[in-house]
Parts: sequence; structure tokens; C-alpha cells
Amino acid sequence: MSALLSIRGLTKSYPGVLANSDIHFEVGTGEIHALLGENGAGKSTLVKAIYGLVTPDKGEMYVDGNLYEPRGPQAARAAGVSMVFQHFSLFEALNVAENIALGMSDPPGRAELWQRIRDVANAYGLPLDPGRLVGDLSVGERQRVEIVRCLLQSPRILIMDEPTSVLTPQEVDTLFRTLRQLASEGVAILYISHKLEEIRALCDRATILRSGRVVAECRPAEKTARQLAEMMIGLELTRPLPRLFTPGLPLLRLRGLTLPAATPFGTTLNNVSLELRAGEVLGIAGVAGNGQEELMRVLSGETRVDAEKLVLESRQIGAMGPNQRRQYGLLSAPEERLGHAAAGDMSLIENGFLTGNRRQRLAYRGFIKTATTANFARAVIRRFDVRTPSAETKARALSGGNLQKFVIGREILQRPKVLVVNQPTWGVDAHAAATIRTALRDLAAEGTGVLVISQDLDELMEISDTFSVLEAGRLSAPQRTGSLTIDEIGLMMGGSMRDHPGKDATRADA
Amino acid sequence: MRRPELPLLAVTLTAVLALIVFAIANGLNPVLLTVSIMIAATPLMLAALGELVVEKSGVLNLGVEGMMIIGAIAGFAVAVETGSPMLGVVAAALAGAALALVFGVLTQMLLSNQVATGLALTLFGLGLAALIGQPYAGIKPPAFPRLDFFLSDIPVIGRVLFGHDLMLYLAFALLAAVWLFLSRTRAGLILRAVGESHDAAHALGYNVIGIRLAAIAFGGACAGLGGAALSLVRVPQWTEGMTAGAGWIALAIVVFATWKPGRVALGAYLFGGVTILQLNFQAARITPLWLLALALLLLAVNASVRRWQQGRPVAPVLGWWAATAATAALAVVWAPSIQSQYLSMTPYICTILVLVVMSGNRLRASLAAPASLGRVFHRTG
Repeated sequence: MSALLSIRGLTKSYPGVLANSDIHFEVGTGEIHALLGENGAGKSTLVKAIYGLVTPDKGEMYVDGNLYEPRGPQAARAAGVSMVFQHFSLFEALNVAENIALGMSDPPGRAELWQRIRDVANAYGLPLDPGRLVGDLSVGERQRVEIVRCLLQSPRILIMDEPTSVLTPQEVDTLFRTLRQLASEGVAILYISHKLEEIRALCDRATILRSGRVVAECRPAEKTARQLAEMMIGLELTRPLPRLFTPGLPLLRLRGLTLPAATPFGTTLNNVSLELRAGEVLGIAGVAGNGQEELMRVLSGETRVDAEKLVLESRQIGAMGPNQRRQYGLLSAPEERLGHAAAGDMSLIENGFLTGNRRQRLAYRGFIKTATTANFARAVIRRFDVRTPSAETKARALSGGNLQKFVIGREILQRPKVLVVNQPTWGVDAHAAATIRTALRDLAAEGTGVLVISQDLDELMEISDTFSVLEAGRLSAPQRTGSLTIDEIGLMMGGSMRDHPGKDATRADA
Repeated sequence: MRRPELPLLAVTLTAVLALIVFAIANGLNPVLLTVSIMIAATPLMLAALGELVVEKSGVLNLGVEGMMIIGAIAGFAVAVETGSPMLGVVAAALAGAALALVFGVLTQMLLSNQVATGLALTLFGLGLAALIGQPYAGIKPPAFPRLDFFLSDIPVIGRVLFGHDLMLYLAFALLAAVWLFLSRTRAGLILRAVGESHDAAHALGYNVIGIRLAAIAFGGACAGLGGAALSLVRVPQWTEGMTAGAGWIALAIVVFATWKPGRVALGAYLFGGVTILQLNFQAARITPLWLLALALLLLAVNASVRRWQQGRPVAPVLGWWAATAATAALAVVWAPSIQSQYLSMTPYICTILVLVVMSGNRLRASLAAPASLGRVFHRTG
């Protein structure tokens, strides 16, 4: 195996951070090579340097033994390097062919381009209609657009940044087939993922980064997922222990809610019912864009519905706004940390006040009780081990994992009756994720109803007692966790079991 | 033609028909009335097309009024000094583009707020134009060349289609060019992509700031041309503050047109028409009731065509037609007097109403608007 891409001594620093320090590794022809590391380990900076989006401070890159110094993505593509982004670099209001043309340096005419898209799509089993608006596509289809865009340039090195985080298990299988086919044709693939089992199944070799340095290289198939994780974080991992689940009285009921989409590419909620009991962790699985955001808004109170549709204990709260719901004990933490759950330019104390105001009585006759408010924020920081210089620090300055711990902890400390969280550990490193999951379980153990919306099936399997699948705006009836295999859930997420479990309105475990 | 455009076409035809009926009923020459509407619409169309391109690239420049009036005085001054109106036009475009680039550098490179900077640009432009314009008040500019040849002598059609000043044809050439650019060229696709998601465009290696600066300069040049069309052709004279809100109307037209070039032309003619007609209303003793009847008529036509197109029964729309007839009948019998100031307000009231109606349908408006419109692009890495 000859080295197609080789990185020697690559170093890149940002003010205050050494993102990459003296990185060495090689990727051979036809090799699928994993880059492993926690958030902030330097994977993104490294691949951005390879794709020409970041200029390294020191070190050289070689493609085929020739010095490779891309001045931008166009130069990188000319040298045969393509990249599929974690957050898709697609334009929703443009169609598939236009999106693909934008990612090519020298696109052919319309008719030829459409034909080539169809040819490549069929050759790799990735069916695509070039004329459809990207905004109307599912997440899996959008990823196909990105991949086809790369394949049309006949790349020699393909970078995949967290490609499976939003796919159903079946879509992951399709993707892996495509990648193996590409590798067999001699393409070198650089694969970034948090999902260790996938890396073990797919990748030939792995380079592990920690704090911007290469700490190990290994053959992932020869290691267990646990060993890989411990190499990544340099610590031993603890898992939350399973606990007995004895559901209490119903706390929150949503009855037959139908809600038309509010935005052009939004999802219509279709006859969604759910019931959450005291001490229950209800997981809602599904691929992003199937109504998670809409359901979250209905539960948090950002979207108001008819009063009788949503009942907390015996109170009809559907028509209430978020503040009133908080007063009665329904708390929520949305997916987007900055800008939705927390105001980036405000301090942690002020952010604590924003949701804690009512329940913690942080204001008196319109004036903020400064000492009490600061104590509340400090209590959250202490209890959830939020790493921050001080409580006065702006939310924006915290790392994703630490801010997420603060945002979730802020709600937990308010002793909610019902807590609704969306993607509680999205983009959070393994350590912080474990802390958050344990905290959610502990909260349920004290009698709170916890509703977790997540795309991470492993997470739901780990923390939820019961779960439902949200697909195309429909919510399936709840199942006991463990009663279905991951494959069956994957099929439900893809919509192929739409008529099967959803019909039965009674609880599977009742 | 795409089918959804059919109701729009029917409404436009009805409005044109109403215009002709109005002109004949009041002893006006419908041809002359049409020509004056075309002249009034040209500055709006030029400025709105420029702003359309700017907004398609994701930048909201509220300084159209300022760039128009700078174009108006620059074009006027150069035309008077050199005696050549064509040099004046070139100067107007350059002056508009120069002022726009001030906005561009401030918002794109120094990351200042687009709304505040745009407003400041308008205030600055109005003041600077007044200063430059001091010596030019009351002077007549050199006559603007016209496309005048034998075809202009054809009755009606000749007068409407030929014999206009060159600015009017320039506006239509620009319309065709902008449409072609946005919908058929790769450069236009890249521009739309930048307006749709600047982060994605940047990740693909496009120079977001450079593309936006070019769009801003083009928009400024178009606004400058619009200003020259006012001071050299429509009025033609220099008076302080002569744009009188035309830049704001151009901004409204872009929203009205849901960011489509063809509809920008339609909007410009609609607003140009209202501007001219309100002058004639005063003489013709048109009462607000007649205007209400016209609005109801247009709504009735729209609803009927739409239902017919979708194959639904037309019967429920009869209410609209009845209301139209009743209002018209009432207007004949009862003629409440109205002060002329209210009629002068008509173009601006129409602007506000159009904006309210368009933003009322949030789903459609948000689909058409460039997704990154007005958002600051901060380059990292």
C-alpha cells in the first residue's frame, strides 16, 4: 500500500489554542482511514487544512509524493481532494443539479450534467432526481447530493466529516457499501466519526487525536469500542447503571395534535399523541427534519395550540406561553445551545435568570435579586461541573459541552415536574455526554417525567425507559426499550413500518 | 408560461383596461397617459432591478434613496457642464456605484450593521446631493436623445413603443440582462447561492465578500441610473430632495416582486401608474369609492381566474363581483369630496398596503426571499 496522502509535522494555532500540533499520518491508496478524537481534539482543523479552507502555520502535505499546498477548496478539488461536510454545504432553495454545479470547478451544460448525475447516482446506488429542490429532500437524500457532488469530480481522496450522525441504520449500510466500492476503486477515504462501532466495521486504520496531537495509531477492528473511547479521552469511562422502571401517574398528555408546517421546509405534525408518566424517561427517536423541531416548540410553548390539546397534570396548558408553562413545572431545553437555549453575549448568571426567573423567584417587584440569581448560576456550575472561568463569563465563551451542561443543569436544578430536552448531547464529548445522561436518569428517579428527543439511537437505548419514533410528522405508539432491535427501529425511522406499530394507541408495556 | 402566472396576467390586463376606460371617460388621451406612466416607471424599474441583484446576493441595502439622488445630481451636473446627456448617465452610474461601495466596505469588510448603514447612506446622499446641487437649481439640462424614427409615426403602437428616450430602453435591456444573468448563467447561480447560504458558499470556496461587493456596486450603479432618469428625463430639472421617496418605493417593489425580475417591471409600472394617475384623479373628480371599486374588481378577477384554473366552482366568488358592482353604483350616485393631499398620498399608501399583504403570507414570502438576506457574514479560518 503506497501513501497517497501524507501529512508531515502539520501545526496550526489560533489565538490561545493550539489546534494541531506536529501531526503526522499517512493514508494509502484504497484505504479507509479513520480520524478519531473528542470535540476540540483538532480533527476539523486538520481536515479543513487538507481541503484548503485553513492554511497551516507549519508542516507539509504531500499527495502522491508531490508537495501539496492548496490555496483554497478549488485548488484542493483540482488536486483530487473532495469533502463531504458535517453540516451540509447545501442551498435549500436551489435544486439538486444547481447545488452540484456549484461544487464543481468546471460544470458541463445542463443536459450533460443531469445525465452525469443520474449515471453516477445509479453506479453507486444513490438514486437522485436532479430537478428537485434540496429543501424538500430528507437528510439522507441531502447527503447523497453531497456525495454525488464529490464523485462527479472523480476524487482520489475523499474526506467524510461525521457522515452518519443523521442517518438511519439502513442509510448507513448504503453509505458503507458506496464507500467500500470507492475504496476498491483506489480512492483514499478519510473518515471522521464519533461512532466507534461504525469505525470498527468500516475503517482499515485509525489515527487518534487528543488536544491537537496524534496520541495513537491502530487497526480499529482489533480493538473494542471501549478501548478506542479510552484512547480518545485518556480516561476510563463509566456507564450509568440500569435501574428499575416503575412508572407513576401520568403527568403530561398531548392529544391528537395536528399542526401544519410553519416554514416552507418544515414538517407537518400529523395526529401526534403522547403520554409521559412520573419517573419515566420517554425517548423520541427519528431522523432530523421529521418534526422534532416542531414537536419541541409545541411542548415548550413557543408554538401555541388549543388549550385542551396539551394537559399537564390536570391543567390545560396548550394555549400558554413558555413562561407560564415553566411556572407550572413544564421546563424545556432546545437543541440549539447558542441563540436558542442560551443568549451568547450574556453571562451565565443572566442566562440562568432567563429561565429560572419564575420558579426560583429571582426577581422581586420587577427588580432582579442579584445575589440570589448569581447563587443559582453558581449552583448549576458546581453541581454539573461546568468548566468556566467564572459565572460572569459570557455563554459564547464556553465550549459546546460545558454550555450544554449548564443549559440542561439550569433546568434540572429548578426541580421540574416535566423536562423536555432536544438532542441533549449533540456535538458534546463523551465525558460531558455521560454526565448529562446520568443527570437525566437521576432526575427521573426522583419522579420527574423526562422526554428526550434525540437522533442518537445508542443514547436512547441507554437512558430511556420507553420510546417512540417520529417519522414524517407521525409519532409511533411507545415501546418498552429493549423490545425492538436497532434494525427494527431503523426501519421505523425510515418510514417502512408506518402502518404497523403506530396504529395501536395503547401502551406496549401497560 | 407557468400556470400560476395566469391570475397575475388577468389582473394586469383588467387594470390596463380600467386605465383606458378611465382615460376615455375623462377626455384624456389613453396613449399619452400610457406614455407618461412609462416615463414615471423607468426610474423605479432601474433602481429596483439593482436592489434585486443586491438582495439576491444576501445584502439588504436601504440606501437606495441616497444613491438615487447622488446619481440624479451627478448626472445632471455632468450633463450641464459637458453638454452631453450620455456622459451624464455614465457619471450617474459611477457616482451611485461609488456611494454603494462605501456601504459595501462598511458592511462587508468592517462588518457594520446593514440596516443602520443603509439608513445613514440615504441621509448622507440626500445631504451631499443638496450641497453639490446648489449652483444647478433652476437650470435646464441638455435635451435627452430619443429613439425617434419613422416607426414612431404609427398611430397608438408607434407612440407607445417607439420615440421614447434611451433610458426607457436601457431599463428594459437591463431587465432582460438581469433575468438572463440570474436564471441562466453560472455567475448568477453563484450569486444566488451566496445569498442563500453564505457559509455553504464559503465552504465551497467562493469569495463571498468579493461577490457581494460586486453586487452592491452594480445595485448602486442602477440606482444612480434611476436618479439620472429622474433629473435628466422625467422632470427634467434639479431640485433638492427630488427623489421624494422613489428609493423607498423601489425597495418595496423588490418585496412586492418576490425577488423576481419580471415582477419588478410589473411593480414599477403599477407604482408609476399610481403616481401619474393620482395627478389626474384630482382633475377628474375621482372619489375614493371609485378606487375601492377598482380594488374589489381586481380581487374578483384574481379569485375567479384562480378558481377557474383549479377547476373549482366559481359561484362563491360572485360575492366579490356583487360588492364591486354595488360600490361602483354607489360611486356614481354619491361623490364625497376629498382633499387633494389624500390623493397625493396614494402611491405611499399603496406601498404600505402591498408590504402588509405580502408579509401577511409568511410562508410564500419566506420561500422567495434569499435565506441569508441581511445576515452578517463573518469569515473564519
